[in-house]
Amino acid sequence: MTTEAGLAPAAIELRGIDKRFGAVHANRAVDMAVPAGTIHGIVGENGAGKSTLMKILYGYYQADRGDIVISGKPVRISGPEDAIARGIGMVHQHFMLVDNFTVLENLVLGAESGFWVRETLAEARRSLEEIERNYGLELDPDALIEDLPVGLLQRAEILKLLFRGAEIIVLDEPTAVLTPRETDELFKILRRLKSEGKTVILITHKLQEILAVTDQVTVMRDGAVVGHVATEKTTKEELAEMMVGRPVLLRVEKTPARAGKPVLEVDGLTIRDQAGATPLDSVSLEVRAGEILGIAGVAGNGQSELLECLSGLRRPTGGDIRVLDRPTASAQAMTDPRALRKLGIGHVPEDRLKRGVVVSFDASESAILGYHDNKDINGRVLSDRTAVIAHCQSLMEAFDVRPPAPRWRTGAFSGGNQQKLVLAREMEPGPALLLVGQPTRGVDIGAIEFIHRRLIEMRDSGAAILLVSAELEEILALADRIAVMFQGRVVGTVAADQATTRDIGLMMAGEGLANG
Amino acid sequence: MARDLPRWVDLFLIPLINLIAALLLAGLVVLAVGEPPWVALKALVWGAFGSASQIGYTLFYTTSLIFTGLAVAVAFHCGLFNIGGEGQATMGGLGVALVCIGFDGTAWPLLLPLAIVAAVLFGGAWAFVPGYLQAARGSHTVITTIMFNFLAAILLNYLLVDVLIAPGQQNPQTIRFDQAGWLPQARDILQAIGLPAGRSPLNISFLVALAAAALVWLFLWRTRWGYEVRCTGANEQAARYGGISPGRSIMLAMAISGALAGMMAVNEVMGSQHRLVLGFTAGFGFMGIAVALMGRNHPIGVIFAALLFGALYQGGTELAFEIRNFTSDMVVVIQGLVILFCGALENIFRNPIKKLFQVRS
Repeated sequence: MTTEAGLAPAAIELRGIDKRFGAVHANRAVDMAVPAGTIHGIVGENGAGKSTLMKILYGYYQADRGDIVISGKPVRISGPEDAIARGIGMVHQHFMLVDNFTVLENLVLGAESGFWVRETLAEARRSLEEIERNYGLELDPDALIEDLPVGLLQRAEILKLLFRGAEIIVLDEPTAVLTPRETDELFKILRRLKSEGKTVILITHKLQEILAVTDQVTVMRDGAVVGHVATEKTTKEELAEMMVGRPVLLRVEKTPARAGKPVLEVDGLTIRDQAGATPLDSVSLEVRAGEILGIAGVAGNGQSELLECLSGLRRPTGGDIRVLDRPTASAQAMTDPRALRKLGIGHVPEDRLKRGVVVSFDASESAILGYHDNKDINGRVLSDRTAVIAHCQSLMEAFDVRPPAPRWRTGAFSGGNQQKLVLAREMEPGPALLLVGQPTRGVDIGAIEFIHRRLIEMRDSGAAILLVSAELEEILALADRIAVMFQGRVVGTVAADQATTRDIGLMMAGEGLANG
Repeated sequence: MARDLPRWVDLFLIPLINLIAALLLAGLVVLAVGEPPWVALKALVWGAFGSASQIGYTLFYTTSLIFTGLAVAVAFHCGLFNIGGEGQATMGGLGVALVCIGFDGTAWPLLLPLAIVAAVLFGGAWAFVPGYLQAARGSHTVITTIMFNFLAAILLNYLLVDVLIAPGQQNPQTIRFDQAGWLPQARDILQAIGLPAGRSPLNISFLVALAAAALVWLFLWRTRWGYEVRCTGANEQAARYGGISPGRSIMLAMAISGALAGMMAVNEVMGSQHRLVLGFTAGFGFMGIAVALMGRNHPIGVIFAALLFGALYQGGTELAFEIRNFTSDMVVVIQGLVILFCGALENIFRNPIKKLFQVRS
């Protein structure tokens, strides 16, 4: 670390940054130096302290101890304005853009000079052209933000930072919403920024992205730095082991599927909303017993609506769904979630905090959501509290939820453990059909390994599984067949063993292939 | 991992600190009027608990506040703000009076169950309508329940002036019920078993209120309908996902809420006034909001908060008598301060105390 600092002047140096939130030690004496003109990756599991560290750097939080040194000078950053003034810019996971403004208007927002906006805009247009020339970042300054696809929104965010004179650009999980091709585009931009002397800090949990684009990596675990390595000298396996603290199996071991008869049949499923948009457009698919069908696609291309229809939360306007030869949803009628569960359908919702659990409930109460009127849990009138606790205890043991404390508030568990509880609740009854949305979103690598193994076991025991995931890697690792969704349609279905990232990436961007 | 506060801190220490802060500020108000605060405090406490009679009055008010406080708490657990307790209690009173007049002369043990059923039906129905409107139409209960307060008041006004008025009476009130139907007073019961008791309207409704609190607890935390109600209130999306119909939960919670508010009339109408008069609710429906807030929407908390507000109400009345410079408006100021500190400003002390506990652990 000191050797790095010795080679080139560090653009940013963090010395002994320490931060506690009550009993939580979020950052433990973090030392880190980022040489100017490099791309620096920070990896770590959820809760490892990456985001806290960056929020301290950006001034949202103040460190309890430690110094921030920018270009050799110790500084105090007491808020985002301070950070911006010192040339630090941040691209957040959720974009901070005004939808009904143009790109140019968003650029000057908060940086208006003079009384008339016109002058500011004309000035901004000139400097924007200059930035575009220097960095090869092309973007129509007069386009409305709401008309732009996600990849270009991110570009607008980066332009905004450059416009404000940022020298150090921090990106927090920037690829979560991008197609593989958009990701490549982003990386090109990052390399260009680097060649122009900017410093880039990339926070991500996707190891192959770290390997693809960074110069050095800082690995964090439990709030502390466990290592700094040069990217060229490391491997995915080594990074994963550093993150988790033990060797991790990155590939899921599985045998070819032995698919049985169809469990879920979807025919021409369509949702047309009042505005005339079609978030789901004649989707037809089939999942058979003993196989996993993966639904790939960039978030927001109809996957959520598909899951909502399948799980009885939303009525389609056209088409129909049959489960085990029984019609469950069409434009005329829909079976509600309660009855669907009785039919043997489990559903792990995409967003566990929104749907999967109730954070203010005891874990034992969250563990019966959807099953709360089971006879053996709830008697005639009064519920059997002992049975509820015992039920939760057995779910927690089966899925290694830590700590196995049914009486704890659900919100007191980490995201990964909440997710394991939801998975346990939906998988333990042994459903014939399991609908899974983003099973490992916000879940630690160690737990991901566990969850993947459980899903494969379930498939092998004869369940039909429909898996929606924004992580293409996850789909490739688990699915037997892959259906790719784009703008509400299934643009192609491929067998997983014949699929390549490139083909699927093209389909995710809407360049459909013939069904294969 | 963020740890929660220990339960005793949450349920007792923080409310106590809030109460002390409110009383300190109230002391300044008293000082401003030119009275030593401790004299006023003494008069207040004496007024509420000084004699058997005064304790009786305090518990009588407590009874009504337990009902209205529980009403607000149940709705709150479903994510609803029922500020129509006043109107629901009014309608409950109408139900109680109709039963008492209709079966006039019946002995109270027979009449009480009927009166409770009537209070529950009338109060419950009056809250069910806003509940239905919320569930089916999305009309916000804050708006509809408050409008239903006015409707109930006007309806009662009409009925008492034109329909139910006692023959030959000038005042808009019903006939006095036959004494056989009056609820037994606490002093009769206590004297019968040889205990001292002063004059007060305290009656066996107090026991009904305690039973209602226990039933509310059982309903919310030990039945699947209570589970559905709480789930709807805590996370409606999760409820829908779990196969719970939020609309049904909302209607159920509102009906129960209104029923509880309506039962307040059993205490007032059947236990104390023995006739239906205009405005018998005396703002207790609104005070139930403060009681539920301070009681943290838990039945046990509601009982203690109702006792506090009952004592403030009774002690305040005496205070206005005792100290000449002290008008009844000042008593309202003190009550207001307690509500302000215990309800609206609750988090002033909560966050520092939370920090304190997190540092220690």
